[in-house]
Amino acid sequence: MSQPSGFRTPRQRAQGLGAAKEGVSHWWASRLSSIALVPLGIMFIIPFADALGTSHAEVVELYAQPFHAVVAILFIGVTFLHTQQGLQVVIEDYLHDKTIRTAALLANIGFAWVVGLLGVFAVARIALAG
Amino acid sequence: MADVNRGKRPLSPFMLGQYYKFQITSGMSIAHRLSGIFLVFGAILVVWWFSAAAAGPEAFARADGFLTSWFGIIFLLLPSLLAFWYHFLNGIRHLVWDMGKGLDIPTVYKTGYAVMAGTVILSLLTLIIAF
Repeated sequence: MSQPSGFRTPRQRAQGLGAAKEGVSHWWASRLSSIALVPLGIMFIIPFADALGTSHAEVVELYAQPFHAVVAILFIGVTFLHTQQGLQVVIEDYLHDKTIRTAALLANIGFAWVVGLLGVFAVARIALAG
Repeated sequence: MADVNRGKRPLSPFMLGQYYKFQITSGMSIAHRLSGIFLVFGAILVVWWFSAAAAGPEAFARADGFLTSWFGIIFLLLPSLLAFWYHFLNGIRHLVWDMGKGLDIPTVYKTGYAVMAGTVILSLLTLIIAF
């Protein structure tokens, strides 16, 4: 093989998984969540900004509507998925000690699940219980 | 031939500003990452606001009152909105780059300035909607 990729065995090249052993899967998943956040971000931020500074009754009335409740739940869910993906890249870039990096990566996943689910649960509670 | 300056030469981050001309390409790339990190705090605030609303009128009044106070607007809401719209618009710019489009330097500068202007305009519009 005289191509630039000659340092890789043909099998490694066919698998296309590279040094990280997971190929472009993380990169691709981050693009998917970012694309989803374009329409979700617009649909979420406008009624949310409108609801800021209003009364509790008005907020409950807004998020009791199925459309706004589902948009808010999807926005919060995909936001924390995207946050986890983004912070993972930051951690991998700057934390080089293996123990600290692994701990940070695990904490990052835990943080995203806990705070993301808190948000989803809060919106669901407003939407269902009123 | 001892290298007397070994270890004393300024390295990359310290070159910025002093010896190295700043460009919006690197600046906006750094700002994208910083705005993303800052938005983690914005997302926590959104969850806090919803949790307070779910808990009841008193908790909601406390959270909403704090976020819409002068302190909240200047130090939490406006920075979060600026970070949100910057990351949103620059993220779209990144998605276009990922498709292999708009990568020539004049277009990169044009879209860069458009993102900066759009960030300010959309943040102010969102603030107007909020109040």
